[in-house]
Amino acid sequence: MTLAEFIAACDALRADAEREVAAASSIEEWTEVRNQLVGRKSGRLTQLMGHVPSLPPEERRAAGQAVNALKTVVDALLDSREGALLAIRNDGRPRDLSLPARRTWKGARHPVSIVVDDIVGIFRGLGFTVALGPEAEWAWYNFGALNFPPNHPAMDMHDTLYLKGDALLRTHTSPVQIRTLQQYEPPIRILAPGNVYRNDMFDTTHAPVFSQLEGMVVDEGVSFADLKATLTHFAKHMFGEGTRSRFVPSYFPFTEPSAQVEVSVDFNDGRGPRWIEIMGSGLMHPAVLEAVGLDSERYTGWAFGMGPGRIAMARYGIPDIRLLYDSDVRFLEQFA
Amino acid sequence: MKYSHEWLRAFVAHDMHAHELRELMTAHVATVDAMTRLRAELAPIVVARVVEAGRHPNSDHLWLTRVDDGSGALLEVVCGAPNVSVGTLYPFARTGTTLPAGVTIEQRKIRGVTSHGMLCSARELELGDDQNGIMALDVDVAPGTPLLEAMPLGDVCYEVDVLPNRPDLLSHLGMARELSALTGIPWRTPEELRGPPGAPSAVQAPFDGITGDVRVAIDDADGCPRYMGAIFRGVRVGPSPEWLVRRLAAIGLRSISNVVDITNYVLHGFGQPMHAFDMARLAGPAVIIRRARAGESLVTLDGVTRTLTPDMTVIADAERAVAVAGVMGGRDSEVTSATTDVFLEVAYFSPPNVRSTRRTLGLSTDASYRFERGIDPNITPIALDFAARLIRKLTGGRIHDTPIDVGEAPLPMAPVTVRPLRVAQLLGDKVPAAETRRLIESVGFKVRPVDAHRFEVAPPSWRNDVSRESDIVEEVARLRGYDRLPDTLRPARPGVVPDHPLYLVRQRVRDRLVALGYLEAVPLPFVAASDATHVRVANPLNESEPHLRRSVLETLSARAEHNLSRLQRDVRLFEVGSVFLPTQSDLPDEWMHVGALAMGLRQPSHFTAPNAAMIDEWDAKGLAFEIVEAAFPGVTADLTPVTPGDSRLWEIRLRGSAEPIGDVRRLALDKPVWAAEAFGVEIALSRMPSEFIAAPGEHARGATPNEPAPAPVRSKPLPVTPPAEFDLAFVVPGDVPAATVEAVIARNGGELLERLELFDLYEGAGVPPGHRSLAWRLTFRDPSRTLRDKEIEGRRQRIIRALDQELGVKPRTS
Repeated sequence: MTLAEFIAACDALRADAEREVAAASSIEEWTEVRNQLVGRKSGRLTQLMGHVPSLPPEERRAAGQAVNALKTVVDALLDSREGALLAIRNDGRPRDLSLPARRTWKGARHPVSIVVDDIVGIFRGLGFTVALGPEAEWAWYNFGALNFPPNHPAMDMHDTLYLKGDALLRTHTSPVQIRTLQQYEPPIRILAPGNVYRNDMFDTTHAPVFSQLEGMVVDEGVSFADLKATLTHFAKHMFGEGTRSRFVPSYFPFTEPSAQVEVSVDFNDGRGPRWIEIMGSGLMHPAVLEAVGLDSERYTGWAFGMGPGRIAMARYGIPDIRLLYDSDVRFLEQFA
Repeated sequence: MKYSHEWLRAFVAHDMHAHELRELMTAHVATVDAMTRLRAELAPIVVARVVEAGRHPNSDHLWLTRVDDGSGALLEVVCGAPNVSVGTLYPFARTGTTLPAGVTIEQRKIRGVTSHGMLCSARELELGDDQNGIMALDVDVAPGTPLLEAMPLGDVCYEVDVLPNRPDLLSHLGMARELSALTGIPWRTPEELRGPPGAPSAVQAPFDGITGDVRVAIDDADGCPRYMGAIFRGVRVGPSPEWLVRRLAAIGLRSISNVVDITNYVLHGFGQPMHAFDMARLAGPAVIIRRARAGESLVTLDGVTRTLTPDMTVIADAERAVAVAGVMGGRDSEVTSATTDVFLEVAYFSPPNVRSTRRTLGLSTDASYRFERGIDPNITPIALDFAARLIRKLTGGRIHDTPIDVGEAPLPMAPVTVRPLRVAQLLGDKVPAAETRRLIESVGFKVRPVDAHRFEVAPPSWRNDVSRESDIVEEVARLRGYDRLPDTLRPARPGVVPDHPLYLVRQRVRDRLVALGYLEAVPLPFVAASDATHVRVANPLNESEPHLRRSVLETLSARAEHNLSRLQRDVRLFEVGSVFLPTQSDLPDEWMHVGALAMGLRQPSHFTAPNAAMIDEWDAKGLAFEIVEAAFPGVTADLTPVTPGDSRLWEIRLRGSAEPIGDVRRLALDKPVWAAEAFGVEIALSRMPSEFIAAPGEHARGATPNEPAPAPVRSKPLPVTPPAEFDLAFVVPGDVPAATVEAVIARNGGELLERLELFDLYEGAGVPPGHRSLAWRLTFRDPSRTLRDKEIEGRRQRIIRALDQELGVKPRTS
């Protein structure tokens, strides 16, 4: 093929394309025309382009320019015809693309699960792993090992649901601390999310079963400053870089010193930033380490526990805790 | 615990504003939950002096006065009170001021004379019922001074969340000690208590003794280690003075009578509960601290008849119980307006006894709250002395004879050894030993250096919560302030605990179900069932649902019904959570299950399909596969049909295992006629181990190996040769399951049968009655070469032959 013949072929193809594209009266016919013209293997234009390298080197430039110009024209013809065809239905009437989409059902994590996942994600970045434990527990794991003296008023904080004998429904996730400590030698950095049970009436702010998330670090040389640094870091990542946190004295039988962590958060609900209590924390009481046969002089640790449900309610503006349990699909769908 | 700002100031003369004090308490002592300003509505009232007073020109009962309110000009004020006198200071409401009752004072003409404000009575300011006209003020301030500055009328009430380990804070003295330590301002005796001692030193007696003519005996030293008693004669019971009423009102207490108010004042001021008996009502007269007798009862102050049990400690006279020790007194021996002689009890009751008695009686009082947490054992004689001073001053009652002091108070906590270096290490900050010492001494601990590195620290009598070095670490941390600790992240060693395998499984299953359009639910796990099948909660929240669920679907079904009752017909819920099975042991077997429930439209409705399909059993069966694939990667699920007559449709097994791990079932819901059928899938993911890991006090030391992580799924190469496909249709009798036919096809198709898909089921014309036409598409492929037609045809014939021979099933010809 000479250059002249090549140019002639281009012109012929251009004429054919104009005619054939215009003649396509449905999207199926259009597809056939398109494949004949620019199909990747046997399209006429594609083949014409394949000829360019076989021309003498000095002619390739001109041939290339011609065929590329043709390609631009053919593509434009095809696009324009495709658009015209898509705008009408097969019966020739206009197609209404404003009609609603066909959707699939929306699934969603529970709002409390979303918060738990967020918390776990932040602590994972600091090398924490996730531990789990049973919800039906022995009293020793729930109280005894955690330095609850028998008959102490502190137990008033835990109105417990009992099963049989020494078995109960755990009142906090702290038994997972004990199970983990008995099974592994430090260094330990764990989180323990899970359900806990209290003998509480079900009202707008209390539920008899709720989510708790425990964290624990045990190693040599661990100090309260580490606790403060880690939890401050957490608060900034959970609630925003500008979040202020404060640690105030508190009491738990299994930590000493104990501190309640409060953060100043703006939930964008028009009420401005406010202090909310997000967790209890403290250095692990040496009696807890001794209860699992660890040397409390060699090892120290710190722990915290928080309620993802309360955080979820504040974050999403949920006014009544019972919404979390009712499982109304119209509520749950909002978190998709 | 409620504290009054002014009452605290009576102990520690600080000049902090209420919000500063609140911050200080929260940061170093205990959280202030709420702060209420009292009498804030009196803020605009000022003190003013009447400089002239004369008869109103047009009235014979009104006065026309000229008043100096500090503004520079003298104001003409009309006043109707008979007691107005020149030179005296009165509370004054300028024009524009709103009084507590809501009335706003305006400039107005009274009988032709314009009055610029109002001189106020106590009643108009809601400061009392005094009817004798305007309120003359006995203060030395300049006119114009706000009334609340001139007189300690305003106050702030703090509600503080006192933690259970700090009973020493359950009094104004307790909080004042902390404030004194934090501010460095020394502690003082409140003004109202200054003066000569109220009672002579008590006579000590080990078991019993006599004061006046009352014999006091402790029979139950366990319940009552120490009991002090004193007799007051000539008591005039009556109203309390204004300052005492105000003290109590500030913390929400109503004034009852001077004697009762004094006991309440000492309780809230010093943390020592006390009780006043009418001497005349004590038989004997004797006071015996003993266990209650079986069947004994007592009408307490609240008018309720209490049945006592022998594990309760009571105060008795010679005949019967007159008070429940440390909880509440009896009505019969109560102090009344007729009382003249009072027996005052000031005792230390032991915490466990008071606690169990209070629980049994269901009666918590300010006294029991303090006794069960442990009062300061050394405050008792001090409290008695202060009470005696007030009784003399306010009631005229004189102490009769020397008080008696029976038994012995418990000793303070033993000293603990504290290493200042360890304190600094645990806090992670450079706290000098001298600072540690200064801080703990500031709250009453006695520090004695043992050697260069150790202190011996003796807790004060009011601190029953300090028994170890770590308790002292907390004192240093909070007194110094948590805010001062560094908060820089330091490098840490990675932990050795792997992620719990069930956590990873749960996340995968949840993600899959969410992607499939299911909503995660968190139902309460309580159900109504039978003790034979379900674990019972010993003290259930709700007697109508006393059991723990044994399947997730039990609780999801109830949630679906809740949705139906709210007219929601498309319900897809799931939960991954614990279920409980009864065992021989006290502890149930706990499993982590996933349950999913589906009903209603398969897809949201769309105009292209007005009669859209409902979720059916095939969706549920597919869901079971989805869950197993997510939970157990690389393992195939086998679903076996369950004999008809069961609500279960299929049992689910993991291939290669005989034990079913769950099922797919039709759910019988309590549902309206418009509701679609509901289906459920329940699968056990794993047992949650709950055995003891090691004995109490011990460590397993590697004895419980970690569960190995499941092996990852290996990838397979993609085919490079073309497939060969054909369809086969058979007429299958109704009693031959499709799976049986399919198994024969698969076996006879050979290794090269890559895929076998049932694509059509037909019943009707052309198929004999009682039969179905089932059609499969078979895909063969040899990974190394193209299959020849002959080979394919051979397999086809083999399959047809085998089905005929084994099941009598023939190809469909028409």
